[in-house]
Amino acid sequence: MMDVTTQKPSSLQDLARSQTSTPTATKILVENVDFYYSAFHALKTINIVIPDRQVTALIGPSGCGKSTFLRTLNRMNDLIDGTKLTGKISLDGEDLYDKRVDVVDLRKRVGMVFQKPNPFPMSIYDNIAYGPRIHGLTNRKKLNEIVERTLRGSALWEEVKDKLKASAFALSGGQQQRLCIARTLAVEPEVILMDEPCSALDPNSTFRIEQLMEDLKKDYTIVIVTHNMQQAARVSQRTGFFLRGEMKEFGDTDQIFTSPKQKDTEDYVSGKFG
Amino acid sequence: MSVAPPHSSLLGKQSGNVARRKAQNVVMLSLCMLAAGLAILVLGLVLFFLLSKGFSSLHLSLFTRPPDNIDIKKGGMIQSIFGTLVLLGIASCLGLPLGILGGIYQLEAKGKFASTVRFFTDVLNGIPSIVIGIFAYAAIVYPVAQAHPGTGFSAYAGGFALGILMVPTVMRTTEEILRLVPFALREASLGLGATRWRTMWSVVLPAARGGVITGIMLALARIAGETAPLLFTILGSEYFSTHAVLGGHAHVPTLNAPIDALPLRIYNYSQDVNPDRQAQAWAGAVVLISLILVLSIAARFATRGNMQEEK
Ligand SMILES: Nc1ncnc2c1ncn2[C@@H]1O[C@H](COP(=O)(O)OP(=O)(O)O)[C@@H](O)[C@H]1O
Ligand SMILES: [Mg+2]
Repeated sequence: MMDVTTQKPSSLQDLARSQTSTPTATKILVENVDFYYSAFHALKTINIVIPDRQVTALIGPSGCGKSTFLRTLNRMNDLIDGTKLTGKISLDGEDLYDKRVDVVDLRKRVGMVFQKPNPFPMSIYDNIAYGPRIHGLTNRKKLNEIVERTLRGSALWEEVKDKLKASAFALSGGQQQRLCIARTLAVEPEVILMDEPCSALDPNSTFRIEQLMEDLKKDYTIVIVTHNMQQAARVSQRTGFFLRGEMKEFGDTDQIFTSPKQKDTEDYVSGKFG
Repeated sequence: MSVAPPHSSLLGKQSGNVARRKAQNVVMLSLCMLAAGLAILVLGLVLFFLLSKGFSSLHLSLFTRPPDNIDIKKGGMIQSIFGTLVLLGIASCLGLPLGILGGIYQLEAKGKFASTVRFFTDVLNGIPSIVIGIFAYAAIVYPVAQAHPGTGFSAYAGGFALGILMVPTVMRTTEEILRLVPFALREASLGLGATRWRTMWSVVLPAARGGVITGIMLALARIAGETAPLLFTILGSEYFSTHAVLGGHAHVPTLNAPIDALPLRIYNYSQDVNPDRQAQAWAGAVVLISLILVLSIAARFATRGNMQEEK
């Protein structure tokens, strides 16, 4: 993976260094991003360096713009009328919002797992095969391979291998969410965005998904929004704290939780508000 | 020190207010039930009437033979039954693609053009069917008759008129049903890199399949009984006309000529002085109602399948 920061002007290198204690390659670089829902200014001058193959957690009180920010990373906000983004977001050095970028390709590279499990009304198998199929794969053997590999990858294979033809709705909530993760893995993304993936799940399912993230980060860059601070502390290497549309602090997870530089961050992680 | 307000006992005597509200509740519920009961009663009476009048003439020959002008009781109305089915088929070829694609457009598109389309389909929905019949006459039957004297009335003209009548209903139900599909499903598909069209075709439509089919069945049931537009387009016929194809090796029904349909046949026979004809009109009505009932019941089954899937 190419290290983009080396090509950037020094101020950005400083930014990258200030947000990173251990030097790693940059996967996504967010520079001076402002975002508007019509007149509502939802994100204010966001700057973040998201490192390759690590878990980056975004925390902050409800309504502070975490989901909005996450959705700028694969342009899901394009689906909403009247939104506007200024600034620059680049993936491996390429501008995501360049006119020539095809969102279909982008979303293939930057996949997303949503808050509520949202399997398609089809069989478990077809749910996973859907992504590869829309991108043109028809070879049955290859599809079988992908289904097995991604279900193993999302720690669901043992539970469902005998009922791949069963409706995805027959699975429990936690299983459905792991299915959705498998479905995302099936298009072989480089980045996986997760918007509060465990908030609708029981503690046991949550635990399994956290374990899964630990495995996935060997191959994928993960950005996870969570309102659960213990979870952020457990799974992530880097944490960003959002407040009222601003990114108040971004740094190593240990540092954010043990010695936050900002008063707001300290208040939030110590549970004074939220 | 604050004084707690005196609270009434749950088990004590009811205040007048509560008693009145309860009485009101009982009265309104009874009225609702009465209205629902009346609707069922009317349907029951219609069915009872039809069956008592038509059942005795409901012979197998009705479905196998064309009218017999010498021995009336031996004749049937196969050409009318066939005609109605053909008309439903032709109308579907026009009405379903337009209605479903239009409904999808209404769901997906925003802006001036979309709201204009919505307004005009609402207007179209309100146009009396006889006016659609006159339109089909002016647009198809008359020009064809001018170009080729002796032709004009045809199954195609009738199917065209009925197809137009289907469009607004199918469009509206399709749009409303698709709107019920959770946005999360679409997001999931788009998030995997699917295009909007692919998402619609492979995720949203299948998820709403049952509801869309229900809409189609109900639209078909509605046009199956239409009479007025047919007067201007198919004319009616007492014969099951066929013509040779493949050099005389096979005969197929002729669609490019006046054909018959059940509602038209019922209307014609009901005006006949011969009581045997009148009896056949009743029997034809039973057949038509059964066809519509089958479509409505099929619609119910389609929805039920859907419900189970969504659990
Ligand atoms: N589609 C939308 N249209 C207008 N405002 C929105 C929309 N989505 C979110 N917002 C607003 O943007 C702000 C940030 O929302 P969101 O990103 O969902 O917050 P979070 O995920 O941190 O809870 C909130 O004030 C919310 O009301
Ligand atoms: Mg959110």
